[in-house]
Amino acid sequence: MNYKLIAGIARALLLARWRQTLVAAIGVTFSITMFIAMLGFMTGLNKLLDGLILNRLPHVRLFNDVEPNKNQPINTAKEYKHFHNFIQSVKSAQSRSEIHNSATIIQAIKADNRVLGFVPKIKTQVFYNDGSIDFSGLIDGIDVAGESKWYHFNDYITAGRATDLNNVSNSIILGKAIAQKLLADIGDVVQVTSSKGDRMSLKVVGFFQSGILDIDKVQSYTSIATAQKLLGKTNSYITDIQINLKDITQAPAVAKEYVALFDTDAEDIQTANSQFETGSSVRTLISYVVGITLLIVAGFGIYNILNMMIYEKMDTIAILKATGFSGKDVNLVFITIALSIGLFGGLAGLFFGYLLSVGVDNIPFNMSGLPAVKTYPVNYNPVYYFIAIAFSLFTTYLAGLFPARRASKVDPVIIIRGK
Amino acid sequence: MNDTILEAKNIGKSFRDPVTVQVLQNITFSIRKGEFVSVVGKSGCGKSTLLYILSTMDTDYEGELLIDNESMVRKNGAQLAKIRNEKIGFVFQFHYLINEFTVLKNVMLPGLKLQKYSEQEVEERAMQRLKKLGIDSQANKKANLLSGGEKQRVAIARALINDPLIIMGDEPTGNLDKKNSEIVFEIFKEISVEFNQSLLIVTHDQGFAANTNRIIEMEDGRIIKQ
Repeated sequence: MNYKLIAGIARALLLARWRQTLVAAIGVTFSITMFIAMLGFMTGLNKLLDGLILNRLPHVRLFNDVEPNKNQPINTAKEYKHFHNFIQSVKSAQSRSEIHNSATIIQAIKADNRVLGFVPKIKTQVFYNDGSIDFSGLIDGIDVAGESKWYHFNDYITAGRATDLNNVSNSIILGKAIAQKLLADIGDVVQVTSSKGDRMSLKVVGFFQSGILDIDKVQSYTSIATAQKLLGKTNSYITDIQINLKDITQAPAVAKEYVALFDTDAEDIQTANSQFETGSSVRTLISYVVGITLLIVAGFGIYNILNMMIYEKMDTIAILKATGFSGKDVNLVFITIALSIGLFGGLAGLFFGYLLSVGVDNIPFNMSGLPAVKTYPVNYNPVYYFIAIAFSLFTTYLAGLFPARRASKVDPVIIIRGK
Repeated sequence: MNDTILEAKNIGKSFRDPVTVQVLQNITFSIRKGEFVSVVGKSGCGKSTLLYILSTMDTDYEGELLIDNESMVRKNGAQLAKIRNEKIGFVFQFHYLINEFTVLKNVMLPGLKLQKYSEQEVEERAMQRLKKLGIDSQANKKANLLSGGEKQRVAIARALINDPLIIMGDEPTGNLDKKNSEIVFEIFKEISVEFNQSLLIVTHDQGFAANTNRIIEMEDGRIIKQ
């Protein structure tokens, strides 16, 4: 088969009706442009919204939950082993929320090569003292460097510096809403009371804003050492270990394994936050549907133009057949025409789609809740560009299929004698 | 009989719609290499229909057709296309050039399809033929810019490009004035004599037919004289 010759004929036919060809190609370009821009924007937004929650969540979290003991004494009694028992109103015993043997656990996690990184944490409940009024809140003692590296802690600091938690002793970063309530500014000292009743003065070194008001109203951060001091605990005391894995999909398995291994509770990100996945996939699905609809409309345009071209070029088709081109060759000519409209229209679409994405990316987008975001988020993932060009080739191929078949069936005798 | 290039055995054809009409019956004849044959007859006597059967483009007929001692009856579309490309050259009443291409490209097209020669060789051969027909100066013009007589000469050049066994013409001078008709006839005569080229030309121009080697006369779908 002489593809060069076929391509040459296809090109000549295309250029002969270049205006129509251009209109067809613009249809494809437009739909691919919108497809790229929409998917980029949609998934960018998805990433941002999911990131609000998911970026700050560990893949696996180790902790000690307060819950009733599953091993009640009756279960250990040998003589009642084959009996059923019902115990009503079981209460949780006073148990420590501390992770036992934390140093050994940290050693083991460090040695696990599935783990990307981890940070220890102390979670505690406190009261913020505002004159004669107390209101409850949470203080997390954190490893500032690790927290910034793995959970983007720095992104949410609206004033002050996160590292000052380490540099200034007895310091605190207040949630923005708490600071407003306490009328506290950077450099001020606030009073907090631990759940045990111990009071402590902490110097404000920064403000923190997550974008979720319910969190900003209660949550503050301090260093691990300060938290240990506040609770009157030794420096081995931690309540949580947050672990990020190399492969997030392994989280449920790893969590299960650690529960057995370390005798703590463990929670994986998939179990804790399944609803985010659902939201993202539905939004992405909508973008795909709109993009594909646009492409199908463009496909009908190509179908029409090819049909018209075949009626106009009956003579050419007849002469090609009379001089020895087979139906298959003619078929190939028209498929080539359709595919080249798809290819060039699609490539132009990728280019304009990229430009439009860059445009959207530069539109200012100031959300008070999201200090780190200044413009609309756009995702430039090359996978979408690949999908777009594949779709454009596929739909134009389908659009060309029937006209090309009709062209290949043209009977040259009827055309030549008909004159 | 070894130099027989085209043989028709008992060819018949009938249109079945709306009523059966027999348009060709018992057509039997053969053409030898180098013969210049004309088919004459009144309008509607079936001479064009016969030509399209002989050209392999029309496959709906009875009887047997042999080109180059090979039966055309049980061949598929692609095989027939290949035979048309390689062994048959066409000249129609209307020039049927492809307007999107230059004159040269039009002539080259069947040669490029054949792939017997490289693109350069095909171009060279096309130029030789255009020169022979005295239109090489127009080679790079678009086909639709030529006059009717020139277009017909380009069509002849195109028919010659693959050195076909036979050139078939359907009223090749039917649409031309007297002067151009004469030029086209002279060209046919010349290639017949000079290259020993076989020609089969359907015409109703008695003057044209009279100058050929052999006349096949048709009436009502039969050959009445050959």
